[in-house]
Order: sequence, then structure tokens, then C-alpha cells
Amino acid sequence: MAGAGASGGTPPAGSPAQDAPLAVELRGITKRFPGVVANRDIELTVRRGEVHAIVGENGAGKSTLMKTLYGEHRPDEGTILVDGRELSFRSPSDAIAAGIGMVHQHFMLADNFTVLENIVLGSEPTRGGRLDRAEARRRILEISDRYALDLEPDELVENLGVGDRQRVEIAKVLYRDARILILDEPTAVLVPQEVDELFGNLAELKREGLTVIFISHKLDEVRKVADSITVIRRGTTVGIADPRTTTARQLAEMMVGSELPSPETRTSTVRDVPVLRLDGVTVASLGGRPAVDDVSLTVREGEVVGIAGVEGNGQAELVDAVMGLRPLAGGTVWFGDKDITAWSTRERREAGFGFIPEDRHRQGMLLEGTLWENRILGHQTRPPAAKGWFIDRKASREDTARIMKNYDVRAPGPDTLAVALSGGNQQKLIVGREMESSPRLLVAAHPTRGVDVGAQAAIWELLKDARAEGMGILLISADLDELIGLSDTLMVMLRGRLVAELEPATCTPEQLGGHMTGGTAAAGAA
Amino acid sequence: MSTAVSAPETRPSRGPLTDLLTGGGPVRRALWLALAGLALFSIVRAVSGEEALTSSSTMSAALLLAVPIGLAGLGGLFSERAGVVNIGLEGMMILGTWGAGFAGYQWGWGAALVGGVLFGALGGLLHALATVTFGVDHVVSGVAINILAAGLARFLSELFYTDNPAGGGVTQSPPVSSKPPSFSLPVLSSGPDLLGDLEQKHWFLLSDLAGIARGVTSGVAIVTVLAVLLVPATYLLLWRTAFGLRLRSCGENPAAADSLGVPVYRFKYIAVIISGGLAGLGGVFLVFIAGIYRENQTNGRGFIGLASLIFGNWRPGGLAAGAGLFGFSDALQLRSRSAVVALLLLVAVLLAVLAVRQFLRHQLLVGGIAAVVAVAAFVGFLTIDELPPGIVSFTPHLTTLLVLSLASQRLRMPAADGLVYRRGEN
Amino acid sequence: MNALRRMGPALLAPVLAVVVALVISSAVMAALAVNPFDVFAVMLDFGDSPTQQVTAMVVIVNRAIPLFLAGLAVAIAFRMGLFNIGVEGQYRLATIIAAAAGAAISLPGPLHILVIMLVAVIVAAVWAGIVALLKVTRGVSEVISSIMMNFIALGLASYLLTGPFRGSPEGASIISTAEIPESGQMPGLNGIFGALGLANPPRQLYGFLLIAAVVGVVIAVLLNRTRFGFDLKASGMSPSAASASGVNARAMVVKTMLLSGAVAGLIGLPDLLGNTHSYTTDFTAGLGFLGIAVALLGRNKPVGIAFAALLFAFLDRALVPLQIADYPSSVVTIVQGTIVLAVVVANEIARRVARRSAERGTAAPAGGPPTGNGGTGPAQTTPPGGTDERQGAQA
Repeated sequence: MAGAGASGGTPPAGSPAQDAPLAVELRGITKRFPGVVANRDIELTVRRGEVHAIVGENGAGKSTLMKTLYGEHRPDEGTILVDGRELSFRSPSDAIAAGIGMVHQHFMLADNFTVLENIVLGSEPTRGGRLDRAEARRRILEISDRYALDLEPDELVENLGVGDRQRVEIAKVLYRDARILILDEPTAVLVPQEVDELFGNLAELKREGLTVIFISHKLDEVRKVADSITVIRRGTTVGIADPRTTTARQLAEMMVGSELPSPETRTSTVRDVPVLRLDGVTVASLGGRPAVDDVSLTVREGEVVGIAGVEGNGQAELVDAVMGLRPLAGGTVWFGDKDITAWSTRERREAGFGFIPEDRHRQGMLLEGTLWENRILGHQTRPPAAKGWFIDRKASREDTARIMKNYDVRAPGPDTLAVALSGGNQQKLIVGREMESSPRLLVAAHPTRGVDVGAQAAIWELLKDARAEGMGILLISADLDELIGLSDTLMVMLRGRLVAELEPATCTPEQLGGHMTGGTAAAGAA
Repeated sequence: MSTAVSAPETRPSRGPLTDLLTGGGPVRRALWLALAGLALFSIVRAVSGEEALTSSSTMSAALLLAVPIGLAGLGGLFSERAGVVNIGLEGMMILGTWGAGFAGYQWGWGAALVGGVLFGALGGLLHALATVTFGVDHVVSGVAINILAAGLARFLSELFYTDNPAGGGVTQSPPVSSKPPSFSLPVLSSGPDLLGDLEQKHWFLLSDLAGIARGVTSGVAIVTVLAVLLVPATYLLLWRTAFGLRLRSCGENPAAADSLGVPVYRFKYIAVIISGGLAGLGGVFLVFIAGIYRENQTNGRGFIGLASLIFGNWRPGGLAAGAGLFGFSDALQLRSRSAVVALLLLVAVLLAVLAVRQFLRHQLLVGGIAAVVAVAAFVGFLTIDELPPGIVSFTPHLTTLLVLSLASQRLRMPAADGLVYRRGEN
Repeated sequence: MNALRRMGPALLAPVLAVVVALVISSAVMAALAVNPFDVFAVMLDFGDSPTQQVTAMVVIVNRAIPLFLAGLAVAIAFRMGLFNIGVEGQYRLATIIAAAAGAAISLPGPLHILVIMLVAVIVAAVWAGIVALLKVTRGVSEVISSIMMNFIALGLASYLLTGPFRGSPEGASIISTAEIPESGQMPGLNGIFGALGLANPPRQLYGFLLIAAVVGVVIAVLLNRTRFGFDLKASGMSPSAASASGVNARAMVVKTMLLSGAVAGLIGLPDLLGNTHSYTTDFTAGLGFLGIAVALLGRNKPVGIAFAALLFAFLDRALVPLQIADYPSSVVTIVQGTIVLAVVVANEIARRVARRSAERGTAAPAGGPPTGNGGTGPAQTTPPGGTDERQGAQA
């Protein structure tokens, strides 16, 4: 029975565990925030011992819902039932006591603490007032063995890679005897091979009788591992789907409510003139291995060079090096025919570098500043922002209004504070301001991260148009569809080196993922 | 997927002497460092003839002056380990001195102890209120508390001590009505005073050691004992109990702690109030030494306590060492201005060693600066007889600055220190 | 009228803070059996005769000028997210060295004053620059290092005063530097009173008022209208975004501290040039810390700082009348202290409220009318669940 388009309903009749009380049931959950209704009348039914996925696009309200289930806030309306009992959570401690454990998308780990300390925090075994480390170690190793988590209790978390950290997070939850695990976008930072390992862990959990609720927007993964799928759109439940009978396309359309946009580009606009050339670029890091190791590449006019890789393999440092934010330990950077290795960030920007940073809140905008101040950020030494030594406020405001119109940035006006805008509008402003300065080279790091599908499509169009007009684009992304769809040349970065160059038109996500993890060996992001 | 990290590698042997000197873990290294320091001091004493450098009177003064600094530093430790920067330690210490004076002249030294700690803790409460509940920037709140505390002390003194039959005035309280007890080691430091005899012989190394030992074991005040005991007690509390783990987690990743059910706001409050109480205890100590509360008794010791916290890399052991160092430089400048000149020789030698090390590592600029200052210090030692009081007065502060400048790179503060934590926003 | 309405919310925090502080201080006073209303009455009593009243105003303005400069110096650093707690040491050292320099040379009038100012500015800027250098090269927190530099500066000043720069004879009760000759003394502005038809008070209104006003305007323009000011503000709001936009973070720290120190150097000059003409052991102290209070109350804006300086000066002036009326005069310090604490809390609350209402999209824009652009005004245009995105970048 397909659930495509159905608006809520009961699971298929005759399924085995139907008579047992539901592990989790949410009825009519509504949660409001100032100015926005994040969840509206949500219905969720999860059977015990199943892996249940909740899918929806970015901003649909999945995380808010899970925070409600985990006790991080209280719903304005609705009831929560766990194992058939109606419960109300005042804090995560109550949820933990009810047997619910949450593995957050952004890991909540203290880097300076060991694995053991992170796991037992808040539920420490004590003996006469003192922390009983021996007992803690014993229990952690027991959990590690039972669920194949491979934990090292005395290792400092800051030394761990992404996959290991996630397993620590899972261990945290299991240590507290959780019977219901919530995983919030667990595969966001993993590549296909690591995802398979995670799913192996989930299978172990299921075999031990635990229930798993799994939030994701990656539909093919969801279909591979889930027993049942709930689709959420715009804060409310739009349907329940059976992965065996629903296609990814049908799921996607339930999520979005309409046809999916696709970033495919076909005609080549690559010209012969090189814009950016990196020659043996090396960037040192605090540890032994350089963060960027002897990287050489060329970006030509009209070309999009995409760099794929698991986060933490040197992409961020590469971007910093190209923008002049980090010094090089070796190699040269050429812009056109000039050696710009020693140039400062400001000089590069003035020469024609555009920059869409990976973390717009950290590097891209001044949240407490106005939109016009953010428009001139990065371009404050040239018109329309600058007039000699002074800032031309009037011209800046007018130009900001113009950009807001052309790039569909929705906000009251140029004097609005940046923090008032949604992520998508903020990103559109950033893209607009960078494009308006007609850069010869655009460095775009994760340009559609945290952006809703509509804005994402708009940004892709902008990038394609700019490319057609001769802009060179260095694209770093973790979105494999984005990379494959936009790039003319696709490279893979692993442990600071460029390890592969692939043909975007013919390569598959599996192939890409294989290179990103170094092939068969489980290398990951360590 | 990354494999489990391998066990820490054993370093290859670099020869028996090097292994002896540099191996064996931090405790052994610290012992070697202490021995080397002692030898250096003995040499400098012998060369310069300045007995004050290692005399027991200097050492006991050093311990005396280290206590308020160390207590303030411990206060800072609690607060910062919970993620709250506490610049207001000076103000809380001021409140502690006033509270001790006020309770002391009426009800004796026991009440002074309680009163000082209480007043300091109230200052901590105010800081916690501003930073944790209202989310004010930690440094700004600390500075505001310093201003307020000074004003409050003056105001309350004016109110209670003018026209007071027991004495006192706008800038000081009537004397504390009873003296707190102090202790000495029975045979070694008092009575037959064996250590004192050894010290008088001026033998190289042995007499210095005797001087140091006697200094720290004769006439030791009760608050000193308390302070010294608090150092290991703090370590045990913060690193060996569940309470300590939770408190430290608030300073490392409060969001993580919150998600595991740790009441972050409550822990921050507790930590900052304890912090104020400890600073207040430091103030009590100052009052005990002087016998009365006097305005500006603290003289920046709260800030130096903070510096010793940073110097100690936010750990109780290092903090105590830092407090000892700063206390020593403070004691020396009080004891004998000519002995401070002898310190210049010490500085010259240390900086010369540093310069050599930096040159070997090709750090020419830092090495060059160190070399120049070393030469200047040596010249100063040779030519100056006695430094004028104005200059000598800032010896401890200059020491603090030098130490921080040289050591800042290796330090690691709690990851979320200074972070204004709001539940749900971080 | 529009300007006033725009400023409304910005004024709310400081005004609220002052009111709360007055309430708390009154409570403290009342608890200690002091009648707050009597105290306030004494504070507000400027005297009966016109001469007395004008004198009171002159005293207040004279006191406000150095406070204004102190607040300005601190605010420059605050805007960049730096704490220049070293203002106290900077101005004391600068003043004594400038006083000694001024006494040692002899030049025609305006030039003499200019040289004194220059010396003060340079000394203070260098002193602040050391803090900046330590921060950018060795990573030393500017809070601790500037506090230590304060003590060093005061020790140095004390040494200089009793040593090389001593001008007063041995055994004098107050030690001072040599007196600055007439060409280095700044004339008063009492001519204004005659022109305005007011009584001529026995105290001189500092001529430095004009210079301070000019400095205030220059700094205001610099911070709000120039590229440098934009870079400074951006660095204060988000150092990482500023770096990505091309600002050299380390250079910015140094430049900001130098500028802040330079302004701090001027703090002691109104009193030095207009009144004492030499640096003495009881030269005005504590202006550095009061400057922090004034900057906080004035919300780092020159106009606000001017008003805050006047308020604090008004409170300071009340010290003598309170003593005469037999009240504990340190009640003034209580009021000042509580204002500081109330202000920092109020500023924080105001910031959150502004941010919260901006997020809701119902706030009026920071200035100017909204431009028509297809936006639908204050109505919510973000999709539901937009809050999830807004709270932070999500993978």
C-alpha cells in the first residue's frame, strides 16, 4: 500500500507488531515560535522495534518535532505517548528517564573531555561521592562490544574523527538505557560507505529490540533502511509511506509538494583563459600532516571546478588559502597571469575575487548589522560603498534595494537587521552582493547549505548564468547532486590532496563516495 | 571509517641522561625544574650577597603574600571552569575585606572569617545574576562589580565607622577584636629552631633549602593552612567527583551538558558564588595580616590572582605555583629593594637561556629581544644599587606581564569560557 | 520628530538603567536610615544666587570634559570588541610626562599647548600600543595586560614625580612637577557668560571644552562615516566576517588601541592646562574606570557619552554639598556604581529585545522608511519552520 499523497493514516493492516503498544505516538502536536508555526497538528506513529524515518526538506519542522519528543521544549498543543503511556517532558532528563535518547545532528561533545567523560556526564557512576571511572569504563566497553561501536574510553574527543564521534553520541544514548533512539540527520556528514556502517549499527540495535526514529532528507538512504516513513512538509504531516512500495521520486514529491528542481547543465561554456591557478599549494596545520597537501588545479573562465570531499579533509583550509585568509606553507597562487601568493584578502577581493563562505553567519555577514551594511561587506573599499575615505550611505542603501529586488531577497528594506532574514534570504543577499561586483573568480563553499529548495534552485540558476558569462567558479560542496549537476570538472579531496578527477556527466554517487573515503579501506575523516 | 586510535606511542630512548631529565612524566619534570630553580637562586644569592633572596623571612612573607593571590586564583578557577570569566574578583575581594573588618571588630576573628566569605559570595551572586540570568558580557559585568564594590566599601565605611566609638574612619575599620591562631613546626621551626640555625650558616644550597623550609613552616596563619589545603581539595572536587565533572562540562560545552540533563544555569551560579566566597576569603586573610580593614588593601591582588590562574593553565597545581611566584616577587620588593636588583641577575640568566633556545629554533626575533633584555638586565644588576620605590612597587605586575607574554601560547582555557550561554540559542 | 522617534528605543535602555539605579540606591540608603529624597534635594540644589548657580554648572561641565574624553577612548575600543581598561594608566602617565615637557620648554602660546597635547597623545598611544602588540603577537588577553600596565604606569608616574620630574621643593606637603609657564596655560571661556548676560562665576570654564567638542565630532565622523570606521565596527560585530571581507584583524587591533590610547592621552589635559598647571600627587584619579561607566551608559556613541559624562559629573559635583549637609558623600559612588551595573543589564536586555523583534519582522527598520521592492512589509514572508533555519547554519 503506497502512501503517496495520503494525508495521514494507519499502518498497513496485518503487519506483525500491530497489537503491541506503539513505542511512540504523537497526536496533534503543535509548536509555535514568535512569528512562525514550526509544527502544526503533527501525527506520528512508531511501532516498537522498527526503524522509522521522518523525512522533509530543510525547514519543514523535523528538528523542532524531535526536540519536543526529547523534552527540549514543550509543545503548545497535542499529546505524547510512549509505550502507550501519556507523558509530559519538562527537560531532557524526563525524556531520558522515559527511555528516549537523542543523537544530535551537531554533535554535543566536549572536545577537552575523554570519551568516557562525555558518555557518563549527567549519569555518572559514583562510589562514596567520588566518580567511579572503573565502573564507567566497564559499562562503556560492554556497550561498545554489544553494538560494535569500537570505543576507546580514555581518548580525548578532539582527536576523534567524525564517524567515531557519532558512535560516541550513540553510546551516550545507549549508556542511559534508551529503548527509543532518535537520530537527527545522522548521515549528513558521512559518505556512502560510512552510511552503510551506520546502518549496520542500526540493524544491531533493531535486533536488540530497540526502536529507532531517523530524521533525514536523503531519500535513497531512507528507503534502504527504514521500515516506515512519515513525510512532513511545512510543519505538518502529509503522509505515511511504505518504503517497499514508494519510489524516491514519489517521496520527494510528497516532501516538496511539486516537481523537484534539478541542477543539471549540459552545454559547456568553458573558455581557454585561466582565471585561478593553484600550483603545489600546501597549508600547514597544527598536527603533523598538512591540511592542504600539494594541491594543483586550474579554474578557467566559464568553468565550474567542483571539489567533493567529506568535511574535514582540507576543503575549508583550501578555501581560506585561496581567499588569503591563511598563509601558505608552500606553492603559489596565480590569478590570471599574476602571482598573488603574497596578496592580502583585501587585495584579492579588490582584484575580482568573489566569496560565498561555507558558514555565512561566521564569515559572510554581520548578523546585528543592517542589510546595507552587509551588502557592502567585503566591498567596502569600492563604489558604491566608498567615496574616497568615506562610506556613501545613500548609494549603499540604494544599491542594496536594487539587489534585494533583483535577487528576490524578501525583507522590509535595506535597513532591516540581517538577523531578521531567513537563511535562504540571507544567502541570496550574499550571492547577490558577490555577483554584483562582477568577480572574475567566485569561490563558493557549500553555497546552498541550510537553504530551502526554492532558494536553492534560484542560486543554482544564478551560478549557471554567471558561468555562462565567463565567471570562473571554484565550488566546494558536500551535496553530491549539486556537484555533479553544476561542475564542468569534478575533483575529490581526501586528507588534503586531490585524489581523483571525475567526469561529472558519467560518474555516480557511489563512485564519488568511494573516492571520498579512499576506496575500500575505512579511512574517513581522521 | 576511522579505526580506533592506537595506544600512545612510547618515545624512543634518547640516551640515559636525557631520559632521566626529561622522562618520567610531569611530576618528575616539575621536581627537576624545582631543583634547578633552587640551584639558580643559590648561585644568585652567593654572587650578589643578597641574603634576602632565600631567607626564611622572605619566604614566609612570600607565602603570606601568595595566599590572597592564590585564593583569588582558586576563585577564578571555579568560575572559569564553569565558563564564566570573573574579572570582578578584585571587587569581591574588596567586599571580603570589608565584611571581615565589619564582623571582626564586633565579634572576633571567627566572625571575620565568616563575614568576609559571605560578603565575597554576595559579590559573586551579583556577578552570576548579571552574566547567567541577564546574559551580560562577563568582562563588562566584572568591571562594573569592581566599581560598585569599591564604592560600596567606601559608603558602608562612611556610614558605620564615622563617629564610631570603637574607632575606624572612612577608610578603615576598627581593629579586629581577636587574633587568629597560627602554627609552627615544633622542633624545626620553633623552640630549638633547627632550620633557623642551618639557615644562618649560609651554606650553598642547604641553607637556602633550610630558609625556604623554615619560611613556610613557622608562624603559619590559619587561613594559610586553609588555603594550602584548598588546592588539593579543589583538584579532588573538580576532577574526581561527579559534581566536578558536571561543573567543568558547563565550561567546555554547556549545550552538551544541558542536553544530558545537567542544570547548567544552576552550576554556573554555584561556581560563581563559590568564586566570590574564595575571593572573599582572600580578603579575610589580608585583614588578618593588617588587623583591620583598610581601603585599597587589595591593591590589585584580585587581578594578579586571575593572572596566576592563566599562568597555571587553569589547573590548581599550576595556579598555586603561579601564586607562589607572584607572592615571592611581591615579598621581595617589600623586604629589600636592593634584593630586587639581585632579581635582575636572575632575570638576565633566565632570559639568556631563553634567547639561546630560541636561536637554536631559528626564532630570531624572539631570541633577539630576549637577548637584548637579558643584557640590559645584567647591566642593570651591575650598575644599580637600589631601585626607587615607585619602580619597585610594580615588580609583581611586571612579572605577571612578562610571564603571560612568554607563556601565552601554550595555554588552553576551558573551551566555552567567556561564552554567554543562553539555553536554546547556542 | 522622526529622528526622535528613531532614537526612542535606543534611549530607553540608558534611561531605564538610570531610573532603576536610582531606585536601588534609594532602597540602600533607606535601609541604612538615610533619607534618599533629602539626598537628592541636596544634589539638585545649585545654590540661591545666579553666581552660585552658574558656578555649579561650570564645575559640572569642567568635570564632564575629561569624563567625556575617557568615555570616548573606552568606546572606541569597545566598538571593536576590545576592552581598553588601561585608560587609567594611559592618561596618568601621559599627563605627568606632558606636564614635565610643558614646563621644560618655552614656545609661543598656541604652539606650546599644541606640543603638550602632542606629547600626551603620543605617550598614551604608545602605552596602549604595547597592550595591542602583546595581544596580536603573543595572544595575551588585553584585559589582564592593560590592568597590569595600569599598575606599572602608576608606579612609573610616582617614581617620575618624586624623582626626575620633581618640581616642588623638598619637604612640601604636595609634590608636583614644575609649573607650566603662561604660554602653556589654556585660557578660560568665561567671556561666554558675559556675552549671554549671565553672572560671571569665580571659576573658569575650561577652554579645553572646545577641543573636546572638536575631538568628539571628529571621532564620531571617523567611526560612523569612514571606511576605517566601517571596518572597525565590522570587526567588533564579527571578527571572522570582517577578516573574510578583507580587514586585517591584527592591524585593526593595533590601530584601534592606538587611537583609543591617543584619545585617552587627552583626559588629563583639561585639568592640567586649565587649572593645576602641574601634575601633583592628588591629580584627578579614577577617570579611567569612570570612563568605562560613561561609555557603557552612552552606548558607545559620542552623543550618548556626552550626556552620560554630564550625568556623572553632576553626581560628582554633589560630593561637597553632601558632606556639608552631613550626609555620607560616598552615596554618590553607590549611585554611580549601581548605574554601571544597571546599564550593562539594560543594554543587554535592549539588545535582545531589538534582535527578537527584528526576527519577528515587526520592528521598524533602524532608520528611514522601507523601500518598495516586492517585500510584503512586516507580514511574515518566511516559510513555516523558517525559525529552524534561522537559528544557525544547518548541514
